[in-house]
Amino acid sequence: MGIEEKLPSGFLLTTVEKAAGWVRKSSVFPATFGLACCAIEMMTTGAGRYDLARFGMEVFRGSPRQADLMIVAGRVSQKMAPVLRQVYDQMPNPKWVISMGVCASSGGMFNNYAIVQGVDHIVPVDIYLPGCPPRPEMLLDAILKLHQKIQEEKLGVNREQAAREAEEAALKALPTIEMKGLLR
Amino acid sequence: MSDGQTGGNGAVPAPRGNSGEVIDVRRGMFGAKEGGDTSGYGGLVRTVRLPGASSRPYGGWFDEVADELEGALEEAGLVPEEVIEKTVVDRGEITFHIAREHLPATARILRDDPALRFETCTGVSGVHFPGDKGRELHAVYHLRSITHNRLIRLEVGVPDDDPHIPSIVSVYPTNDWHERETYDFFGLIFDGHPALTRIMMPDDWQGFPQRKDYPLGGIPVEYKGAQIPAPDQRRSYS
Amino acid sequence: MSTSHATPSASARETTEGTVYTVTGGDWDEIAEAAAKGDDEKIIVNMGPQHPSTHGVLRLILEIDGETVTEARCGIGYLHTGIEKNLEYRTWTQGTTFVTRMDYLTPFFNEAAYCLAVEKLLGIEDQIPDRANVIRVMMMELNRISSHLVAIATGGMELGATTVMIYGFRDREMVLDLFELITGLRMNHAYIRPGGLAQDLPPGAIDQLREFVKKMRKNLPEYDKLCSGNPVFQARLKDVGHLDLAGCMALGATGPILRSTGLPHDLRKAQPYCGYETYDFEVPTADTCDSYGRFLIRLEEMHQSLRIVEQCLDRLEPGPVMVADKKIAWPAQLALGPDGLGNSLDHIKNIMGTSMEALIHHFKLVTEGFRVPPGQAYVAVESPKGELGVHVVSDGGTRPYRVHFRDPSFTNLQTMAAMCEGGQVADVIVAVASIDPVMGGVDR
Repeated sequence: MGIEEKLPSGFLLTTVEKAAGWVRKSSVFPATFGLACCAIEMMTTGAGRYDLARFGMEVFRGSPRQADLMIVAGRVSQKMAPVLRQVYDQMPNPKWVISMGVCASSGGMFNNYAIVQGVDHIVPVDIYLPGCPPRPEMLLDAILKLHQKIQEEKLGVNREQAAREAEEAALKALPTIEMKGLLR
Repeated sequence: MSDGQTGGNGAVPAPRGNSGEVIDVRRGMFGAKEGGDTSGYGGLVRTVRLPGASSRPYGGWFDEVADELEGALEEAGLVPEEVIEKTVVDRGEITFHIAREHLPATARILRDDPALRFETCTGVSGVHFPGDKGRELHAVYHLRSITHNRLIRLEVGVPDDDPHIPSIVSVYPTNDWHERETYDFFGLIFDGHPALTRIMMPDDWQGFPQRKDYPLGGIPVEYKGAQIPAPDQRRSYS
Repeated sequence: MSTSHATPSASARETTEGTVYTVTGGDWDEIAEAAAKGDDEKIIVNMGPQHPSTHGVLRLILEIDGETVTEARCGIGYLHTGIEKNLEYRTWTQGTTFVTRMDYLTPFFNEAAYCLAVEKLLGIEDQIPDRANVIRVMMMELNRISSHLVAIATGGMELGATTVMIYGFRDREMVLDLFELITGLRMNHAYIRPGGLAQDLPPGAIDQLREFVKKMRKNLPEYDKLCSGNPVFQARLKDVGHLDLAGCMALGATGPILRSTGLPHDLRKAQPYCGYETYDFEVPTADTCDSYGRFLIRLEEMHQSLRIVEQCLDRLEPGPVMVADKKIAWPAQLALGPDGLGNSLDHIKNIMGTSMEALIHHFKLVTEGFRVPPGQAYVAVESPKGELGVHVVSDGGTRPYRVHFRDPSFTNLQTMAAMCEGGQVADVIVAVASIDPVMGGVDR
């Protein structure tokens, strides 16, 4: 029918988007960005029993310039917030953020003067991971979900289109306070 | 408790003598401030007193330390009655309330006198009592003697509009960061500290966050169709 | 952007605050030469607050001359959480949930110190059941092992010895399994409560604990093989981070730092709490005043902790784990339900159905909490890092009036300047690792 019939065997055809997504998701380099309790669980995830190396992610980069994933592991204080943003800005595109733990996601139990009530006030977050602290299995799950997201990421014009659609959807979304239903 | 009616119903702690330091007066029971309290407990008034001054003998090694301290102060040319405002023995701990101008001299004596030898200071903790008029801000020091295996407490009270305490960093260098922390959170100014700057909060922070007149600073949390106020905005038992 | 000279690695631009030079990559020889020419200029290196070798969000400001550190300062507060203020808006029992998150590597010590202080204010120290005290001691000693394992593991990782880190976390997982079995959580347990414990040991815990002691006895000598005798490890640690007894006293350093000077000061021996005076253990010391001595002390303390855990297991007698006073004892019997850990349904049925009084107590305690007579107390425990002191003030209410934690990490971190100045840059990492600061405890 098309060109694929004329090719010799041993070829797989795919789109550039899918190939790029596959390559990107297969070796994500997280930045070492441990803040509090969650950082210990993040280190545990990297160590023997949970072995993040199975997902090509054992190399935690010390320099944000070599990293493309920031795992915000712990409570973000008002003093740390500008530093966090700077580290994020130093990371090259494309980059992703996992907000690990309830403190990073929403401030959690520390609803006070010192803690930023959700790291999404400072950087865009791709995956919110609940827990105080989340178990290593939960972090692995979040990472796998992020891999899926990276795999499906669009390129070029499609990427811009996707970003526009996401923004429109977000603008139309119902604010939490207007939602109805059970409190859970 | 000053008013006898409330005593003995179990919920209120037993009176600890009327000589104590009045730090607050509680009203009501369920935290309702602007009427609306239909419980009948709205008229409840209770005076909050911290344990008052103790008289000799203090018991155990407390007398020994007190004697030695008084003797050493006299030797140094100070009047013990002026230096030690009062001594409180409570729950197996001894507290010397020290007049602020004599704090560094007292600390030096406590550290150097062979019979006292409080080698280490475990830092300073600030406490804010807005109801304790004239001595709203308290600085509490705990001194540990490894030689004699003892622990004592020094307490200095200063008014809110003159929050100056002489620094004891020259005696106990470990208090460097502790005094900076207390300054950061309570606005207590330790005169003579080598570099009294903020340590925990960002340098451009306004106010002293752990004082009682500083709000907790929480935000209301939104759930589906509901809003939970910040912890300090909720009604609570008083 | 106006570039005055067109080298690719260094550029200068005019701003309202003067000329700003930006140096990225390029020829460091030129920069070092230029820095050497202006001899009053030293390089100030800012390490952190986000740096893999600084034990969390610690910022080190190092003034260096070549490879020598001439001045070292710490910048802290990047993890300040306001826990002490938050405590003032919660009941006394809820406080344990907050304090356990301060130094997140030593949760049981935070809880124990806080609860001992509250119990002292309440005047019920003597009424704590024996079983609760034994379990407290056991949990604290297990926690000491897990904390020291992290100290050794992360310290090894910062030296570049990744194997040590893998080993440390492998063994720590075993302790965490026990914590999970007993408290339901891997970290941040809130297990020790004012008056006793949240719940008793689950069935099968004793066997697993004994099994753990056996396994750990086998694993601990591996650290000796891997580190203690290793010439590279010794070369990095020996005579690094020197601080003598006078320095420790002046700077208030406690824990392994103080014991590495030869002074066997340990609050478990000096001012026993939770019945430590009845246990048979030794306080290891070293006389080298350096990082290597501190490492050896941590290793030996883990052996001693195993000894204490064994003694705890031997003297566990059936009995209550909460004080008998129903006005203080949290009326809970936790059980695993479909939505996680909660009050057991049988217990709720019992309260609701059989005893009106129990129902009232339950309601009053959970919504209001208990009142603590006015006054203040200071209680110190020997945490793996040193003296963990808690100053608690009550105004007679259902909530703490003021809680201040004297965290050993905070005080010990002050010794960083004394340990590092005059040494090499690479030794700063070793010295900081030997202090073992946990920023959650430093900043609270």
